[in-house]
Order: sequence, then C-alpha cells, then structure tokens
Amino acid sequence: MAEHVFGGIQIRHLYKIFGPDAAAHIDAVRNGLTKAELNEKYGHVLGLRDINIEMPSGSIQVIMGLSGSGKSTLIRHINRLIDPTAGEVLVDGVDIVGMNEKDLREFRRHQTAMVFQKFALLPHRSVLDNTIFGLEIQGLSRQQSVDTAMRWLERVGLKGFEKKYPNQLSGGMQQRVGLARALSNDAPVLLMDEAYSALDPLIRTDMQTVLLDLQKEIRKTVVFITHDLDEALRLGDQIAILRDGEVIQQGTSQDIVLRPADDYVANFVREVNRGRVVHVEAVMRPLDEPPAADRPTITSGVTIEDAIRILATAPDGDITVVDTAAKPIGTVTFRQLANAMVSTRETGQNAKA
Amino acid sequence: MDWFFKFPHMDDAALRALKKTIDEGFRGFTRAYGDTIESLFTPLQHFLIYAERFTTKTPWPIITLIILAIAWAATRNLRIVAGCLVTLLLIGYFDMWDDTMRTISMIFVCTVLSIAIGLPIGILMSRNDKVQKIVNPILDVMQTMPSFVYLIPVVMLLGIGKVPGLIAVVIYAIPPMIRLTNLGIRLVDSDVLEAADAFGADSRQKLFKVQLPLALPTIMAGINQTIMMALAMVVIASMIGVQGLGQPVLKAIANQYFTLGIFNGLAIVGIAIIFDRVSQAYGHRLQKHREIVHG
Repeated sequence: MAEHVFGGIQIRHLYKIFGPDAAAHIDAVRNGLTKAELNEKYGHVLGLRDINIEMPSGSIQVIMGLSGSGKSTLIRHINRLIDPTAGEVLVDGVDIVGMNEKDLREFRRHQTAMVFQKFALLPHRSVLDNTIFGLEIQGLSRQQSVDTAMRWLERVGLKGFEKKYPNQLSGGMQQRVGLARALSNDAPVLLMDEAYSALDPLIRTDMQTVLLDLQKEIRKTVVFITHDLDEALRLGDQIAILRDGEVIQQGTSQDIVLRPADDYVANFVREVNRGRVVHVEAVMRPLDEPPAADRPTITSGVTIEDAIRILATAPDGDITVVDTAAKPIGTVTFRQLANAMVSTRETGQNAKA
Repeated sequence: MDWFFKFPHMDDAALRALKKTIDEGFRGFTRAYGDTIESLFTPLQHFLIYAERFTTKTPWPIITLIILAIAWAATRNLRIVAGCLVTLLLIGYFDMWDDTMRTISMIFVCTVLSIAIGLPIGILMSRNDKVQKIVNPILDVMQTMPSFVYLIPVVMLLGIGKVPGLIAVVIYAIPPMIRLTNLGIRLVDSDVLEAADAFGADSRQKLFKVQLPLALPTIMAGINQTIMMALAMVVIASMIGVQGLGQPVLKAIANQYFTLGIFNGLAIVGIAIIFDRVSQAYGHRLQKHREIVHG
C-alpha cells in the first residue's frame, strides 16, 4: 500500500472581519473598502484581506509581520481557532472551513499541533504530564503516551526534568516542553505562534537550531509566526510578509533580501546581516568563458559569510562558483563578496545585472 | 395633604386578606404535599443519622486519631496537627465531646451536600452568562434574608428536626461554594484554554483536565467559607431541634448560664479554627506549583 503523502496547506482568498455583522461587509471589502474606512463607517475591524499562500508539505513557512499585522489571526485560521469570514483553508486537500465540530476536533487532534508564545503549559502537571497532554486528549493509554513523550523530551534536551513542574523551569526550558508536547502528537502540521518571541536572544538562537535540526528528520509542514526578520530569514524556506492584514511579499529569504517588494520591506531588510542570508550566486558574475581549472571553488547556496570564511585561507584571485552537480556557473571575487556584505542596494542590482 | 406625611399604604382589610390567602395557600400546600416532600428527604435523614451515629458511637480515641490523620494528610504540618489534638482534648475534658461530635457530623453532612449541589451550579454558571445573571441575585437573597425567615416555611413543611435544620444551614452556607466555583473557572487563563482547544479537547476534557484542576484552589476557598458559615448557623439551627453545641448555648441564653454559654461557644470556635486551618493549608498546598520559583 502506498503511503499517504501529506498534501501541504493552501490558503485561498481568506478574509477575516472582526465585528458583530462581519458577513455583511465582506463584499464591500472585496471591492476595495479599506481597513480605515471599514472601521470608521461600520465599526468593524479588518483582520485579514485576500490571503493566498501555498505551503508545500515538509517545508517551513514563516509568516512575518509587526504587531497588529494579523499574523496571529492568520495562524489561528489553520486550525480554525478563529473562523474566517470568507475563503478556503485546505489542509491535505480538505477544506477545514466546512468541518463540523466533531470533525474539527479530530482534525486538531491528529493533523495539527501548536506551540504558543506564552507556552500555555498546565501549571498543575509535571513536565511529563504536560507532554502527554495531546496524546491523552486523543484517547491513548498512559503507557503508550509516556514512551512517546519521553522520547521527545529527550530529543529536545529535557531528559531528567520530566518530574519537574513548569514553574521550576526557565522560559527556554518551558518552551522546550511546549515543543515536546506538540511533537508528541506526531501531526503533519506544526503551528508555531511567536513560539520564541518571549525568549531572550541567546536562548532564541538555540531554539531555532533545535527546530532546524529536528526538521531535517521530521519533515513537518511548519508554520512559524514571528515579528523578527532575522528569525524569519534563518528559519523560513518560504517567507510571507504581512502588513495591515495583507500579504505584501512572498518568497524565499533571497527574494526578500535582494528584491524587497516596497519601501516597507526594504526598511526591514536594511538592518539585516546580509552576509548570513545572501547566497554567493546572487553576487557572482555569470561565466563568459570557461574558468581556469585550478581555481578554488565554492558550491552555490553557500552564504557570503561562509564564502568569505573559506576564501580567507585560499590563494588570491577569482573563485569559481559551481552548482550542486559541480558544474561551473560563475566567478566571484573577494572584493565582490566584501562589497555585498556592507552595501544595501547594490547586491540587488548586481543580481539583476 | 395627608398622603404627603403618611405613606399611602394598601387598604388594611385588603392587606390582611392578602396575607391570609398566602398563608392559607401555603398551609394547604403543606397539608397536601408535606408528607411527599418529607419522604423525598428520607435518604438525607438516613445520611444524617448514620453520620451522627458514627461520630458519637465510635470510641473517642479512634475519632481523635481519624481527625488527626485527616489533618496530617491535608496539611503535612505538625503544628496544625498538634493544635487539633490540644483542642479536641480540651473539648473532651470539659465534657462537651458528644455535643461536639454531633455538631461535627452535622457540619460534615452540610458541607458534602453544599459541594454536591454547589459545584454543578457553579460550573453551569461559569459556562453560561444567562445562568450567572439568574443565579447571582438568588444567591444575594439567600445570603441577606434573615435566616429566621426561611426557617418558617421549612418548619411548616418538614416540622422540626435534623432535616429542616440541615436545609436551613445549606441555604445559608452554599452561596460561597457556588460563587467561588464560578469565579475560579472564569479566571482560568485563556491561553491555556486555547491550547486545550488547539489540541482538540472537547468540553468535557477541558472541564476535567484544565478548568477544574486550575480552579481548585479557588474552589477550596469556597469550601472553607461554606464550612465557616455552616458553623455560624449551628446555634440558630438548634432552635429547630438540631442537636449539638448549639443547644447548650440556647439553654444558657434562656437561663442566663454564663459559663455554660462561654464553654460551648469556645468549643464552636475551637472546631471552627480546626476546620479553617486544615482546609486553608490544603488549599495552599494545592497552589504550590502556581507560584513562579524560577524567573
């Protein structure tokens, strides 16, 4: 029997209006009524406008935006903690907007797991009992659940802490419990609502590494909400930037940094450490002639920072960039790399040139 | 101008007729259904008699040990247990053991009944704002209406004895149980509830795995208040035939026996302190994982 392949998440024409009579205003909003007008004339708040996002199975989709941009509202539509005013949310091909309560519960129990900004652990339960919470809700016996939970607790680095209570742990460790609780469910979709925003910067980087390492083996469809562009660029296979309830740019980290859609995004991008995000192929000069065979090479997809690290110990001169099949695709110089790290506009232009 | 200085009231004859009609009506109702209603309460009466027989017929050292064991299990505090022991020994030494046991059994039954009725009502109230709007004013009336007033219909219906006393005490003592159950559930952190929703918990699972456990310290405070209020009713309940520490007090009032009154009054205070400290310490122990130890 062929194993079922999870079909990813598709969000189509999703609208959310908050207010007592939301459905009445949906047509006006579709026809261009702005958020400010809607609030002024009808006292309703536009949460999300015409969201369309395709999240392929097994990748990390980051949704980035400042507070009030609607990002937390959006993630709550994926497990329908919030009901949309209009639109479709397809998870593995099924539109969850049409589900009745019972189906929705089953869906939440088996298809999604969620990690929360404020951890949302149960204070009266030990770490272990918190971790098995999702499995308990599914109706699994304690014995079965404990094995799974212990495995995940060990995996997130909490072995030996299972008898502690949440209030005895630091924020970072509490969020590890939150992560273990979500992973124990073994659901294909992992929803992370500003999961690391409450942690201090060092712990946050630590937890990002934990997630990236885990993702290599578990290959979940992760939806990660953040207000931090560095975090978004580090984690996201795909990034969607949200502002005032609308998606203003979607793409890979390269797209966002090299080709910001408007000044709003460009403003964010300016503060980013480009060396860690931009890949060498964005800076290189495409090949006009076959390169000299004895020159050092760098594989495409390496970041500028890593490339400089490699080149620091290499002989002077041009370096050949090769693709993953070791075929030369361009050349790059130390000077170009250094330039790309410090300037904000030029890398984008270089890439286009 | 007569109406200005003297409140224009209902015609005397009409008022008399009204009171008479209501009284007659209720009396008629009592005559017709009194026995049926009384038989409804027989299980309660059995429970009361059984509890009283247990506390009074069991030898005093065993009862003392049981109370001390409960105190230890709930508080894990040797000082409280020692306090219980001293109080019980003093009560026994001054020959108030039997009355005290009757009172304790009565309070125990009242508390059990208040929890059994109050907890579900409190849960219902917390889930539905309409129910809350209806129940709250009823609780206000129950708490402010002088207890002698609702003793009248209870006695008319059920006569004097243990069961009417129990009902009067429960009416007086149940409001905090209901209110604090409602409050405790409503105060449960909405983030945690959202997490339960996100994991697909149904309302039953949410109630038993999240709301009730998290509301438990508040509910314990409600139980503590209920016990204290039940004890406060002991003397009034003794007026309609409930045996226990209230009856000697009543006798002392009638005959001006100062010492008898003060001894029995102090015994009531003693068991009130035992109940209060034990139930509070237990509620506190329930909260030990709530406080933030780690920044």
